[in-house]
Amino acid sequence: MRLVNIKPARGVRLLIAAIPILAVLIVYAVFSTARAEANPNDKVLPTFVAMGQAAVRLFTETDPRTGEITALADTSASLWRLAMGVGIATLSTLLLGIALGVVPLVRAALGPIITIIAVIPPIAVLPILFIALGLGEASKIALIALGIAPYMVRDLAGHVAGLPAEQFVKAQTLGASTWQLTLRVALPQALPRLIESLRLSMGPAWVFLISAEAIASDVGLGYRIFLVRRYLSMDIILPYVAWISLLAILTDLALQTLSRKAFPWAHGGGH
Amino acid sequence: MAGGTDMTGDTATGGPPGGVILSFRDVWVEYGDKVVLERVALDIAQGEFVSVVGPSGAGKSTFLRLVLGQEGPTRGQILLDGTELTPECSPDRGVVFQRYSVFPHLTALGNVMFGLECAASPLLGKLLGGARRRAAREEAVRMLEAVGLGHNLDVYPAQMSGGMQQRLALAQALVKHPRVLLLDEPFGALDPGIRLDMHELVGGLWQEHGLTIVMVTHDINEAFKLGTRVLAFDKRRHDPHAPNRYGATAVYDVKLDRKAREAGPPAELAGVVT
Ligand SMILES: Nc1ncnc2c1ncn2[C@@H]1O[C@H](COP(=O)(O)OP(=O)(O)OP(=O)(O)O)[C@@H](O)[C@H]1O
Ligand SMILES: [Mg+2]
Repeated sequence: MRLVNIKPARGVRLLIAAIPILAVLIVYAVFSTARAEANPNDKVLPTFVAMGQAAVRLFTETDPRTGEITALADTSASLWRLAMGVGIATLSTLLLGIALGVVPLVRAALGPIITIIAVIPPIAVLPILFIALGLGEASKIALIALGIAPYMVRDLAGHVAGLPAEQFVKAQTLGASTWQLTLRVALPQALPRLIESLRLSMGPAWVFLISAEAIASDVGLGYRIFLVRRYLSMDIILPYVAWISLLAILTDLALQTLSRKAFPWAHGGGH
Repeated sequence: MAGGTDMTGDTATGGPPGGVILSFRDVWVEYGDKVVLERVALDIAQGEFVSVVGPSGAGKSTFLRLVLGQEGPTRGQILLDGTELTPECSPDRGVVFQRYSVFPHLTALGNVMFGLECAASPLLGKLLGGARRRAAREEAVRMLEAVGLGHNLDVYPAQMSGGMQQRLALAQALVKHPRVLLLDEPFGALDPGIRLDMHELVGGLWQEHGLTIVMVTHDINEAFKLGTRVLAFDKRRHDPHAPNRYGATAVYDVKLDRKAREAGPPAELAGVVT
């Protein structure tokens, strides 16, 4: 049988998916133990035990300086910024993307400028944001929103404009006005696509968040990682990276579930 | 069929049966220097079932788009009930395309209620409850029963066969009682067996609701089986050096009586239709 035709069953799939992950963990465990035996003060490859201890400390002990639990304060600050930035981007995408996709006049007026904005590397405008909005929350939120919105707007506008012309004709023969057509034909079909492009944009959103926090902040996941980097505290950095990854995975799962539950017709199901 | 009889009354309000409903007056369609249709002049009477045939690229769909209002003629006039058409779609002309005629995000019931809801709720395009919603729902259900989808109210198009989707598209269009129903190769993508069922359905709906239908088809037998009149579009003149110089027009226009329908397509059409 050809290789391309061998499709693993569910159990087998889980098993062979676990193998590379386990391999990485085992290799890490072997090397970190070896280094710890050679030099108990090694910081570059902390053992799982050391990382576990650091993680417990971060997630349970209050920082006497701030009176808060470090990891929780960092997480809530970062998630708030992320939610605001992503929320603003999503809302503006919904309005702009649908308007661009449905109304040719809007597309003619705003399409080119959005294309231009989309090619500007967002990090390059971060200094402008800091100067214009200050070093506080607004500039970080703005970076996230500006970083992901142009792609999302273009993706959604393209999707809406690409809906079969027959649908728009049919809606009009059924008496739909421009507004009704937007609300009942374009909007519902835009929503699952919006969630899809949001899922893809979450990666860049995290990048912009962590960059902004690394440069100017006093709390946040990105701030913490870049702060402890000075002391080579890999035992804090690695659990933080794992924690960020876990948050990212959970967000993605939540969005995927939302889309499946809310828009069954878009996922080949319906009953 | 419960909804059948009262709908006939609705459709027939615009004029006496047999009166002219659609009128083409020297209509031309050109794209740049490409002439697609030229000198199309004909009248379509209320209650006719017009089959439109012709080779690929002859402008059959263009002809239909003109009636639909999806585009306007370059020259000439098209009158519906004596009033010149504006190039914009409206509910007095219903349509079923070969594909993409139904909304994938709405159930069968939602698809048929769409037209009723647009008329009833300008702001939301949706009826959220109450007596008006119940009435619209009942009307939609009757229409779905009429096309044989009474047991599939809550099914999404993606879960339907091609034939069911076209039945749904018909119900969706007919619930608005259009003056003219336009069909562009509505059965082109269906299996032969399903196609026969659909012929029966469309023929039946046409009779019961007193519809006026213009149907484009590639199947010449279908054209003669269903139509009361067959139009064939083709170019009258050819310029071998400039193929775009002349457009197509109705080169064959025959009203069929029962005998002609049973006899089927004449030999002279064999060259026109691919
Ligand atoms: N918007 C347009 N711009 C330029 N040419 C067009 C346009 N729309 C249609 N045409 C041309 O007009 C001609 C007629 O097209 P039309 O779709 O009406 O043909 P048809 O008879 O329906 O063909 P088919 O049987 O393949 O569906 C074709 O040559 C097509 O290329
Ligand atoms: Mg065509």
